[in-house]
Amino acid sequence: MKGSEALLKALEREGVEVIFGHPGGAIMPTYDALYDSKIRHILVRHEQGGIHAATAYARASGRVGVVMATSGPGALNLVTGLADAFMDSTPVVAITGNVPRALIGTDAFQEADVTGVTMPITKHNYLVQEVNDIPRVVREAFHIASTGRPGPVLIDLPKDVQLAEFTGTFDVELDLPGYKPTTKGHPKQIERALDALEKAERPILMVGGGAQHAHGELLAFAERTGIPVITTLMGLGAFPGNHPLWLGMPGMHGTVAANRAIHHADVILAIGLRFDDRVTGKVSRFAPHAHTIIHVDIDPAEIGKVVRTHVPIVGDAKLVLRELLKGAKPLKLAAWWRELEEWRTRHPLRWRPRPHLQSQEVIRAFHEATGGQAVVTTGVGQHQMFAAQFFPVSRPRSFITSGGLGTMGVGLPFAIGAKVARPEELVIDFDGDGSFQMTLQELATLVKYRLDVKVVILNNGYLGMVRQWQDLFHARRYSEVYLADSNPDFARLAEAYGIKGVRVERKEDLMKGVEAVLSADGPVVAEFKVYHEEGVFPMIPAGGAAEDMILEHPAEREEVEA
Amino acid sequence: MRHVISVLVQDHPRVLNRITGLFARRGFNLESLAVGTTHVPGLSRISLVVSGDDHTLEQVEKQLNRLIEVLKVTDHSEPHVERELALVKVHVAGVEERLAVKDIQEAFRARVVDVAQKSLILELTGDSKKVDSFIEALRPYGILEVMRTGAVAMSRGERTLKVREKREAV
Ligand SMILES: Cc1ncc(C[n+]2csc(CCOP(=O)(O)OP(=O)(O)O)c2C)c(N)n1
Ligand SMILES: [Mg+2]
Repeated sequence: MKGSEALLKALEREGVEVIFGHPGGAIMPTYDALYDSKIRHILVRHEQGGIHAATAYARASGRVGVVMATSGPGALNLVTGLADAFMDSTPVVAITGNVPRALIGTDAFQEADVTGVTMPITKHNYLVQEVNDIPRVVREAFHIASTGRPGPVLIDLPKDVQLAEFTGTFDVELDLPGYKPTTKGHPKQIERALDALEKAERPILMVGGGAQHAHGELLAFAERTGIPVITTLMGLGAFPGNHPLWLGMPGMHGTVAANRAIHHADVILAIGLRFDDRVTGKVSRFAPHAHTIIHVDIDPAEIGKVVRTHVPIVGDAKLVLRELLKGAKPLKLAAWWRELEEWRTRHPLRWRPRPHLQSQEVIRAFHEATGGQAVVTTGVGQHQMFAAQFFPVSRPRSFITSGGLGTMGVGLPFAIGAKVARPEELVIDFDGDGSFQMTLQELATLVKYRLDVKVVILNNGYLGMVRQWQDLFHARRYSEVYLADSNPDFARLAEAYGIKGVRVERKEDLMKGVEAVLSADGPVVAEFKVYHEEGVFPMIPAGGAAEDMILEHPAEREEVEA
Repeated sequence: MRHVISVLVQDHPRVLNRITGLFARRGFNLESLAVGTTHVPGLSRISLVVSGDDHTLEQVEKQLNRLIEVLKVTDHSEPHVERELALVKVHVAGVEERLAVKDIQEAFRARVVDVAQKSLILELTGDSKKVDSFIEALRPYGILEVMRTGAVAMSRGERTLKVREKREAV
């Protein structure tokens, strides 16, 4: 057996069913072995598409996503996606070929120091020097990627190691003396947390991506106590978006109710989130009335990193919530809820209707037509925020977006990964005209594997989010954000790939367009030409606080008041 | 504030890169670093001198602990021994200077490890402050070159850097 066959066998033993990848010289021995393997391979058209697809596969399924690429340029094309998976704590294993051992360090053809480059953007990485190490390295890589705080792990395999004769064993014991994640919260701290919550008058529950797998426990805990729930962008779906206890998303484009609740809360129970600056705004003004912040996270380094924490609980959200549930009691929060209700009904998410077709109404229409039963992916920009606001998902692992890194171009490859992971489900990619063009080559992947993904491009003809900032903070100097003069005809572009194209330009055609997308048998690329000067609101400007929230464009508000 | 941190690591390739890379990426201030193998095969020990406030130091420890190959991290706030080694080459023109330098050498309990016609190499061990003052004392005579190691540290008494104490990795 060759090293490459040993690799595939080790992957099979980890339960790997699918690999996203792209071949090339240094990984050819493994592709040769793949020819006889049971593992399914999805050939992408760019390695970045592969790593994003593997990331979404992991996020949508809860399993480890696997991506494979060749040395040098192939491996370096994974960099953005690895950083994206690292920031959003996603379990991915990346396998890259490298030049033969004897050539490493000689600037050989297609050589790059991939373990060096990816060191700060992976949870761990390996350069395999010895063929018999393959099973152990694969075992460790999957264990590290999927336990503790999940993250990407890269395995770099020199070509001659793939070709070498394997004489080792697959029965390897995990021996990672420096890696022992704490999963059970400390009972003393859990007791303190319950105590603080019981005495709280204005408690809130904030949850992030680290609670996606703990949705059942979360729901039970919230319903038992009656504490309002706020979900971050990464936490969307961890708590049902149609539940009366849900206040929405916090932060820069969060709801008024969520941000005011944080501002006035006296006790905050934060689970599986890392207080990103898009959530906190200016940290010194974040949650000024909270005398107790309870922070539950599996990564001790996140606790106390950004906000002062009074009750630190290192542990897995699911296990900690189970313990919390044991002591949870219904709380008397009627007065608090009266305030929250007032904010919620007074300031729901809404938009100012215009004669032109608008992104918000497009997304809302899809939400209504599907009953919210879809797996949603997005690009990055205004459309991403509109999707978060107007397509509230009610199931976990169903809103797959680039949170921490904000990577334009993830929408389509994320949709591919999500569809491969959950083939029975409707998968919609709400994308931007800018974002979509960063990875649109993956339309070919939809065709090749007949993946029924609905791509909905909210074409505003602009790098809209940048335009919005220029509008608000750079005196309307619209520097290099105009796309409409050179955008392709997206529907015809789709048709060139053999994919159904749909174009909707007028408000009155919205429902017909939605219907055309949803009723199509197979993939669709639908272009909705939306109003180009829309802004995402509410908005807390970067570095601001809840009190600085603006509810709509300042110029438009003046118009109303005048 | 200045802290001395000891880190026990698996001596895998690039483990030092991981640590220095972490300091660079997170903007932690690394004043000195010393590495060496230990009496246990496969384990190396690193001493780091770091400056920063309490919050930074807490992050330094926690971020180091996130590294898979890091087995144990200790911030030596307790009584500990700290040593640097320095080699100083001084210019000695005549007998008078030679005698004066010898006085300094004796006062600091340094050793002469190389004697040449116009120069001496002195070897000194001690904590950073002692090494600093030694260099200052020699400066008037014409220092030709200085090489000092990073500080190494060890807790006093029974306390040791044990593997099984690490719990909070992720
Ligand atoms: C790879 C990458 N480059 C640049 C940016 C900065 N950026 C953030 S949003 C945005 C505009 C996105 O435009 P589009 O996809 O059309 O979305 P819209 O905001 O118009 O809805 C840009 C350029 C980014 N997030 N990612
Ligand atoms: Mg756009």
